[in-house]
Amino acid sequence: MRRAADDPAAGAEAPLPGALPPGRMERPFRAGPDWPFHAAFIAIGSVYVLLVVALLAADVLSTSPRHLLEALAKPEIRFAVRLTLVTCTIAALLSIVVGMPLAYLLSRHEFRGRRAVEAVLDIPVVLPPLVLGLSLLILFHLPVAGTTLESLAQRHLGMRVAYTPVAVVIAQFAVACAFAVHSLQVTFDRIDPRAEQVARTLGCRRDQAFCRVVLPQAWRGVVAAFTIAWARSLGEFGPILVFAGATRMRTEVLSTTVFLELSVGQLEAAVAVSLIMIAAAIVVLAIVRLLGGKVA
Amino acid sequence: MIEVCGLTVRSGGFRLAAADLGVPSGGYGVLMGRTGSGKTTLLEGICGLRPATAGAVRLDGIDITGAPLAARGIGYVPQDLALFPTMSVRDHLGFALRVRRVPRAEIATRVAALAESLEIAHLVERGVRDLSGGEARRVALGRALSFRPRLLLLDEPLAAVDEATRDRLCVLLRRIQREHGVTTLHVTHSRDEARRLADILYVIEHGVVTARPLASLAAAGDDA
Repeated sequence: MRRAADDPAAGAEAPLPGALPPGRMERPFRAGPDWPFHAAFIAIGSVYVLLVVALLAADVLSTSPRHLLEALAKPEIRFAVRLTLVTCTIAALLSIVVGMPLAYLLSRHEFRGRRAVEAVLDIPVVLPPLVLGLSLLILFHLPVAGTTLESLAQRHLGMRVAYTPVAVVIAQFAVACAFAVHSLQVTFDRIDPRAEQVARTLGCRRDQAFCRVVLPQAWRGVVAAFTIAWARSLGEFGPILVFAGATRMRTEVLSTTVFLELSVGQLEAAVAVSLIMIAAAIVVLAIVRLLGGKVA
Repeated sequence: MIEVCGLTVRSGGFRLAAADLGVPSGGYGVLMGRTGSGKTTLLEGICGLRPATAGAVRLDGIDITGAPLAARGIGYVPQDLALFPTMSVRDHLGFALRVRRVPRAEIATRVAALAESLEIAHLVERGVRDLSGGEARRVALGRALSFRPRLLLLDEPLAAVDEATRDRLCVLLRRIQREHGVTTLHVTHSRDEARRLADILYVIEHGVVTARPLASLAAAGDDA
C-alpha cells in the first residue's frame, strides 16, 4: 500500500500518467494467504518421499528372518556376497587412485580442452548401462594391429577378462570412477589453493604441497568419494551382465543374484538379497552423511 | 637486497606494467596503494606465483625471475594468511624446516625460539582455527620467517585487526624485522602503517609503481 503523494516522482509538477491525484488513496490490496502454496508443495513433494519409504517397507514386510537366513545359507549367495564385497572394494579403490589426480587437475588448472574432459566424464553417468557393458565387450575384442585387449591380457597377465571377475571390477570401475571424480572435484574446490601456494614458497615441491597440505584437508572428501564409488559398484548390474555374464559361483554379484533368483521364480530369495543390499546402501549413506558429503 | 626491474605481470585482465622498486638489505620497504591497484599482483610476481612476462627480480644480486617458487627463499604472508587448517601452531613454525629435512632437535630449538620472539609460545600446541586475528597473523609471520628467508613479503598484514592489535603488531613487526635483519616489503593502504614502519616508500597506482620520499607521509590524511 503506498500513497501516491509519498512518491518523489509524484511531487514533480506534471503528475505521471496514471498517477492518482494528491491525497487519494490507492485501493487496499490483498495478497491472499501463503498456505495453499505450502500445502500444495508439501503434498506433491511427499508423494515421492512416501514412495521411497513404502518401497523399503514392502521389502521388509515381504520377507522374514527365516528367508534371510535361508538365502544366506545358499553357497551361491554366499559366493555372491563375497565377490560383491571384494569387487566393490577393488573398484572403489581404483576409482580413488585414478579419480584423485583427475579431480585435482580439473579443480586447480584452467587448460585447453578442460570442458571437453568434463563432458567425457559425464558420459558414464548418463550412458545407458547396457550400452556401457556392450561397449566394454566390444573394446576388449576389437582387433587393433592384429591383436585385442583380451588376448593381450591373456598373453601378458595370464588372465582372461570378459566373463570373469576381472570384468566385474572393470564394469564397476567404469561407472564408479566418474562419480568419484565429481565428488573429489567438489572436495578440492572447497580447499583454498592459497595454502598450497604458501607451502610452495616455504620450499615444497608440488607433490609435497599436495601430500602435506591438501590431502590432510581432503581426507573426509576422499573417504566420501570412496564410499560413493563403492555404492555405485554395488548397484551396478547392466554392464556386469553383458561384460562379465551371470555365471553362478563365478561372476555372480548380489545385483546379479536378485536377477537370477527372480528369473527362476524365487521371489523370497530375491527379496532377501535385496534387503542385504538395502542394508549396505544405508550404511553407505550414513557414512557419507557423517562426513558431510552428498551421494549424488 | 631486492631489486625489481621492469617487472610485468598479468593477472586475469589486470596488467602490472614494468614495475621498478628496490629495498636495500635489511631495509623495510612499504608499498602503498588502494585496493585493486596491483599490490598483490606485484607480490605474486616477486615470489613467483605469477609468471613475469617481462623484466627481472634480483635477490641479493641473483636473478630469480624464472626460479621455481621453492628455491627463491622468500617468506610470503598473503592477505588471507592461508594457515594450514589441519596443523597446530608448532607444525606451522616447523613446516619449512621439516621440508628442508632439518634435524628434529634443531627444529624444536628453532621453533621454540621463534615462538618466544613472536610471543606465541603459549599457543604452540593449539590448532589454528580458533586463533584471534592478531595470533593468526603472528603464526603466519612465524611460518614465513622460520626458514630464515632472504626476503619477507607481507600483503596487508595488519588489515582486518582492531586498532590495539594493529599497534602491538606494528611494534612487533619492526622489532622482529630488526632481529632477523630480513629485507622486507610490506604492502598496505594505510598511511599510518607506512609512517610507522617504512625505511623506503613506494606508491602503486593503476599498476604503476613510483618511489616517494618518506617526507610525503607527513601530509594530512590517513589512507592512500
